[in-house]
Amino acid sequence: MAEHLMCELSVPGRRGFQFPDSDVPEVKLPEGMLRDDLPLPEMAEIDVVRYFTRLSQLNHSVDTGFYPLGSCTMKYNPKINEEAARIPGFANLHPLQPVETTQGALAMMYHLQQWLSEIGGYQATSLQPAAGAHGELTGVLIIRAYHRSRGDTKRNKILVPDSAHGTNPATSAMSGLEVVELRSDDRGNVDIEALREHCNDTLAGLMLTNPNTLGLFDENVEQVTGMVHEAGGLIYGDGANMNALLGILRPGDIGIDVLHYNLHKTFSTPHGGGGPGSGPVSVTEELADFLPDPVVGIIDEGDESNNIPPLYGFITPPKTIGRMKAFQGHFGMIVRAFTYIRMHGPDGLRKVSEYAVLNANYLLALLRDHYHVPFDRICMHEFVAEGRWEDAPEIHALDVAKRLMDFDFHPPTNYFPLIVHESLMIEPTETESKETLDAFARTMIRIAEEARSEPEILKTAPHKTPFGRLDEVKAAKELVLCCVPQFAR
Amino acid sequence: MIIPSDLKYTENDEWIKIEGDTGTVGITDYAQDQLSDVVFVEIFAEPDETLGAGDACAAVESVKAAADVYLPAGGTIIEINEDLLETPELVNSDPYGEAWMVKIALSDASQLDALLDAAAYEKHCEERSA
Amino acid sequence: MFTPHTKDDLEAMLETIGVASIDDLFKCLPAEHKYHQLDLPPALTEMEVLTELRDIAWANDTAQELVSFLGAGAYNHYTPAVVDSILRRGEFYTAYTPYQPEISQGTLQAIFEYQSLIAGLTGMDVCNASHYDGATAVAEAVNMAYHNFRGKRPKVVLSPAVHPHYRQTVRTYTQDSDIILSGDQGEVDLKAGPEALVPLIDETTGLVVVAYPDFFGRIYDFTALAEAVHEAGALLAVSVNPMALGILKTPGEMGADIVTGEGQSLGIPLSYGGPYLGLFATRQKYVRKMAGRLAGETVDNRGQRAYVLTLTAREQHIRRDRATSNICTNQGLLALAATVYLSLLGKHGLRQVSTLCYQKAHYAADQINKLPGFELWSGQFFFNEFLVKCPQPAHEISDHLMEHNLLAGYPVGKDYPGMENYLLIAVTEMNTKEDIDWLVSGLEEVTNG
Repeated sequence: MAEHLMCELSVPGRRGFQFPDSDVPEVKLPEGMLRDDLPLPEMAEIDVVRYFTRLSQLNHSVDTGFYPLGSCTMKYNPKINEEAARIPGFANLHPLQPVETTQGALAMMYHLQQWLSEIGGYQATSLQPAAGAHGELTGVLIIRAYHRSRGDTKRNKILVPDSAHGTNPATSAMSGLEVVELRSDDRGNVDIEALREHCNDTLAGLMLTNPNTLGLFDENVEQVTGMVHEAGGLIYGDGANMNALLGILRPGDIGIDVLHYNLHKTFSTPHGGGGPGSGPVSVTEELADFLPDPVVGIIDEGDESNNIPPLYGFITPPKTIGRMKAFQGHFGMIVRAFTYIRMHGPDGLRKVSEYAVLNANYLLALLRDHYHVPFDRICMHEFVAEGRWEDAPEIHALDVAKRLMDFDFHPPTNYFPLIVHESLMIEPTETESKETLDAFARTMIRIAEEARSEPEILKTAPHKTPFGRLDEVKAAKELVLCCVPQFAR
Repeated sequence: MIIPSDLKYTENDEWIKIEGDTGTVGITDYAQDQLSDVVFVEIFAEPDETLGAGDACAAVESVKAAADVYLPAGGTIIEINEDLLETPELVNSDPYGEAWMVKIALSDASQLDALLDAAAYEKHCEERSA
Repeated sequence: MFTPHTKDDLEAMLETIGVASIDDLFKCLPAEHKYHQLDLPPALTEMEVLTELRDIAWANDTAQELVSFLGAGAYNHYTPAVVDSILRRGEFYTAYTPYQPEISQGTLQAIFEYQSLIAGLTGMDVCNASHYDGATAVAEAVNMAYHNFRGKRPKVVLSPAVHPHYRQTVRTYTQDSDIILSGDQGEVDLKAGPEALVPLIDETTGLVVVAYPDFFGRIYDFTALAEAVHEAGALLAVSVNPMALGILKTPGEMGADIVTGEGQSLGIPLSYGGPYLGLFATRQKYVRKMAGRLAGETVDNRGQRAYVLTLTAREQHIRRDRATSNICTNQGLLALAATVYLSLLGKHGLRQVSTLCYQKAHYAADQINKLPGFELWSGQFFFNEFLVKCPQPAHEISDHLMEHNLLAGYPVGKDYPGMENYLLIAVTEMNTKEDIDWLVSGLEEVTNG
């Protein structure tokens, strides 16, 4: 059932909130600078609460059901993280307070920098980037700045595998580099011969996601990184798939020079309906000076013998690419990630990746006889299957996705990677039980059968959800993007 | 797949109709099929503007994709099709007729030699669908 | 502890997969680098971690324990209890981007409401589902203007009174491009109003950026500037603090083409700098040039009104290297916070809190202006923040008052060389008259030697 909009629920004269009266002498407001109307709703508190509570009930979420969205790592979001972020000593800190008053927060940031460096195999980390794509832009700017600092201005090409997430080529283009698409071989690895063609002095670098978006670990990764380095380029690693590698392998150890993490994927900070994320960036020793401004460091060593602790503060890296946003980063997400790492320790983190990979391979084993898996190898934390069958020609991956919703499952990702037709990218994550995976597999198998025996039920799905398929063409053509006029009275 | 024999084509799915020194440009049936429902067309080339072969003259947007339209041959813009702003769906229903995008006065007829004829373009489409 | 597997589960699963152990799943990884023992502290249980977190937090003094007049782009406002109670609903905060609209109408309708409220608040036609923060929103405006003119107008005129962090962010984003930034390198007198920017605008200018209120709290009517900008064929972007728009004339009315802003003052906690909320709104004719997510109205196949992400063909996941921006996330949950805040306060509540901020700030400025040696620099037209010239270095004053648990304001000297004696003071509804009187007497005491 559709919910009314606030412009329809608003009643003139209703009021939801009251502030205390002014306790200072009244001053005239600036004439000629005032607005006439203020188009906001008039609702009582109960109206507002009911409205948003009812809206929330229209959503599928991790808290309500399985959410195997490939490349998003929809793992369970621990509730203790929410408590942690709301501790007043964290939530009420102003970003520009003198550092002497925020030593707890700074120590926390300093340690998270170090822990992320350790997890990835790096020497320095910035917590400033606001999200994965933001971290990518940071990384690409660092690579450009590095080449520029060496007077190497010919390097204007960046290689991006054809399986890459869309943000990779978009980021590179945004920073003015020429994007060259690199094909994958028939085992899903970067094609070595295609790479060799571009290993010359115009190569700025390679953007690599490993494991890649097919969920496959590149079997030649050290050869790939070696070739790029020999040609004088650098490798940027998209760390979106770190959930497969915690405590297993460190990207820094296999030649990746810059890596971004998605705290909202690997480190359990919640997705929030689309954000906020957090995309810290780690780099090798050589690139540490180029990190964004500021990073957290020790600005006074203190004196252990006299019980004077070190003083934490902000440092501007000597060759910084500059500031990526206002203030120092998404501290609210930093607290959550800190809490997550603290609760796992090194052994717990390794277990996360081991079970993420176990769960994905288990699902792959259950489904491979019913869905074609184009790259049939042991997968990492996710795998890609095709949502199509020769003997069910009208059925597309989209139809499988829509039918899954009838069984209370969020569909897997089905708009990329582009190199697999009708792709269904499935990432269960480690927080799901065998029962959930079994139920999901049973449903997927049933849908595969329905595709042949009663395709209509797929083509017209979903049937049991609050809403059916939406008219996206109408939305794009009519472009109704707000309901402003109603409030103006 | 409709591929009129009297037109020339590019690998990027543009067509051009030559009438004397004038060329009319649009996108092919294959292109509109790949895009599916077109919701918006923006022609940013302006009358009297001179563009080269391969320069972008328009952008087409559907629900699932957006693509730039490039001139198969260079020339000066004579006319642009303003109807497409109101009725972008013409690209789907009549890609070779009412959905023409720009008319140009060709600057160099020899550029046309580099284009594909109907048979070559058909082959190009078949290779991609495989 | 968040992995539910039992030993039996593990055995059964390994058997189904057809391997002997979990290690077999990692066979193709380079052996010499595998299983590096991470040097991290050992795991704590929930009880232990909470104790540790509280200890760490205890080492911080917050803007609510201290009396704070610190602003400069982040403000200590009151967050009503309703806001967090909605944000803590798992259906909202553990959901993903609404790519499957049939099971995401909660998120989508909330985004639509957010777009409507912000468009109305700023006086613009359309608003996107948000950018990371006020600074990156300005950078996206620069990007948008550049692409709008297809690179033919690479110059951007930036008022020096736009937040220093925002200008630095724009510089970072444009460092490898042919965009030329001017206006904040001493070409313009800081004390002058927006007319001072007009001589810098020429036929190569694509965008002029100003702030409302500006970094020093000052408010101007940009109507005349907008006319000059448009006459030169360029676009005007205004970066706002939406709290001011509770009472003040909108940038839309003045003729802005783009309105960006920082939404932190709409019910979002200070949280040591983030996550915050980047506002971005524009005119209907530029809607396709705007980056970021958009929720549009439509119907489903059962005839119900519903919402869906639209114009997605512009975005990175489809256009890839032809996208004009790489943005993937929006600040979803914070946009929801702002929507709940604006809905709860409504017409009357926002006007009330905005007026309180204005009144209290003007009271504080009047009192401080009377102190010997202190001079109000921002003039009479400011919202809730103002710059004061002090008889001694501002950081000395604020350090001293810090010892009395008073955050007096932000010394602007490090961002504006030569202005080491200037202090930026912000006042909100959270400051009582007693707080303000205490600040005034504190300033007086510090400077009396």
